[in-house]
Amino acid sequence: MGSALLESLLEPEAGETAASQPDWLNATRRSAAIAVERDGLPGPRNEAWKYTSLRALEQRRHANGDANALTRTVDPARFLLPGIEGARLVFVNGVYRPDLSRKSPVDGLSISTLALATASDLDASRALLEREFSDPASAFARLNTVLAADGPIVRVRAGATIARPIHFVFIGGSADSEIAWNLRAVVEIGDGASLHLIEHHVNSSGTGAAQLGNIVSQYAIGRGARLDLVQIQDAAESASLIRRSEFTIADDAVLSTHTLETGAQMMRHDFIVDLAGRGARLISRGVFALHGRQHADTHLDVQHNARDTTSDIVWRGVADQRSRGVFHGAITVAAGADGADAQLSNKNLLLSANAEIDTQPVLEIYADEVKAAHGATVGQLDEDALFYLRSRGLAPDAARRLLISAFCSAVLSDLPEQHLREHLDALLAARLPQATEE
Amino acid sequence: MLNIENLHVRVAGKEILKGLSLRVNAGEVHAVMGPNGAGKSTLGYVLAGREGYEVTEGSIEYEGKNLLEMEPEERAAQGVFLAFQYPVEIPGVNNTYFLRAALNAQRKRRGEPELDSMQFLKRVREKLSVLHLKDELLHRAVNEGFSGGEKKRNEIFQMALLEPKLAILDETDSGLDIDAMKLVADGVNAMRASERAFVVITHYQRLLDYIVPDFVHVLADGRIVESGDKTLAHKLEEHGYAWIAERKLAGAA
Repeated sequence: MGSALLESLLEPEAGETAASQPDWLNATRRSAAIAVERDGLPGPRNEAWKYTSLRALEQRRHANGDANALTRTVDPARFLLPGIEGARLVFVNGVYRPDLSRKSPVDGLSISTLALATASDLDASRALLEREFSDPASAFARLNTVLAADGPIVRVRAGATIARPIHFVFIGGSADSEIAWNLRAVVEIGDGASLHLIEHHVNSSGTGAAQLGNIVSQYAIGRGARLDLVQIQDAAESASLIRRSEFTIADDAVLSTHTLETGAQMMRHDFIVDLAGRGARLISRGVFALHGRQHADTHLDVQHNARDTTSDIVWRGVADQRSRGVFHGAITVAAGADGADAQLSNKNLLLSANAEIDTQPVLEIYADEVKAAHGATVGQLDEDALFYLRSRGLAPDAARRLLISAFCSAVLSDLPEQHLREHLDALLAARLPQATEE
Repeated sequence: MLNIENLHVRVAGKEILKGLSLRVNAGEVHAVMGPNGAGKSTLGYVLAGREGYEVTEGSIEYEGKNLLEMEPEERAAQGVFLAFQYPVEIPGVNNTYFLRAALNAQRKRRGEPELDSMQFLKRVREKLSVLHLKDELLHRAVNEGFSGGEKKRNEIFQMALLEPKLAILDETDSGLDIDAMKLVADGVNAMRASERAFVVITHYQRLLDYIVPDFVHVLADGRIVESGDKTLAHKLEEHGYAWIAERKLAGAA
């Protein structure tokens, strides 16, 4: 297959069956392994990876998993969030850490992990775990299917309202060598139920050996149910992080997401939403703020597959120094999905002549009576606004920071949890580009 | 306080100010009038330190210092304030937050203690009542969605809050109805003081009925061509700017 990465990861135990796990899961893993071996990683001609080259990553060798993941020291200050006191599931280098986690029992909520789940637990999530990824562009999801041995499994019983947000923490901790870790998250929300969830990617120390994290998260939102999801990505700047978030939204169900991407050296996030049931709704707000030589590629793929479905997407991006941002926002309205309403806006700020942002809104409509609007812009800080602020006494860097922070915060300002909103603002302020005039 | 001598300024390669001289003492109100394109706004921007305005000759001395060597934020801290003809909308930046940040940035630069939010709000309330500005404007983003009149009043409100020594009002009357203009004038008159000077740039004499100037200057073709007391504004109103051009020709002949 010509990929040092895949050779290093798959060599010893590709598709090895675990006796403790159901046959169907082992079969799914084997079949994914065959697909990975056959197709390898997507090359430069693959449209979905047009702006993100995998060449460098492909040539690296990573050890699969971290044998010492259970004993790695992690300072809880790295992941504790103010005002967030519900259940917490912490994974370090792809392995569940009960010592850092908190499984407070709540009526209607079932929490487990892929490694600890019983056969009947796994059977209950079979429909999601058995997912096959037919598109060769989904090579990392295939690899994840083969290799992910752990990850959170959460189910909310029909009709249950889970008041306290659940906190998933994915930590790329320092390791002795270059490792790769995989996690699989499964979240199923029963009809009429509601859940708040925080997906939190952090680093345990500022720097460390380069590592690769690969996460596939699957969310099934039942009829009339609601998921409020906050994704905070502040992974180590030495890390490559590849995520795939897949959502299926049933009739009259709502998915509301707020995403902040600030970390990782190389980040790819596939955000795939199936508005599957009549009246299903998506509200997505997101920001990426990049500096240094960071590369962040967000791929939204929103499919209106039923009548009267709505999508309301507002994303913003900021790139400074030599960073590169990619935003691909694709909305497809399938035949028969009449009455769909699709709105997508993506505005971006370039803060340096050496930074780059590529934004690609794509709208494909096969139904009648559809309301759709999309727009994307890439611009620079408004010089008039800068001068106005300076003429009132603000120093240039303070004026720039104020404008950049306002540009980003506007998108996250409707987040209802005040503590969380303040945390995101603070994180943005800390990670925001220095806005130097390079 | 302010001494402009033989100022020549180029903008985008074109000479706009061609030897402007103006001296303003503390406690005085100077009106600068002139036809469109005479260089009135350029004068305001040069004083505030906007980029792209190239001084090719002449000098500006402010309180004994070379103003042209100061960055815009330094000028602000030293007491120079420009009320913009077209105040800039800044989405996402809260008006109150912005003003407090600006005031404290100035105070810090001057070596004065910063105001905490209670002290700041007290000051805001005092100034708000003078201008009859709605509280609600404070909670909105800077100038965003403000009407033309609200923007201009917000400029004067900022001036009241920042308490500059030298305030330059660039066509603050443009686009205002008579009631809004009176409010703006009240705001300015309330601030007239022996230690403070105003340069009121305007196209029309109307504003000067409410802000009565000590001196009136006519700016035409990049120079002050005529100076006098407030009666000069009335003569201009009566005869139009063409009268100035005729007088100049007559003088030259």
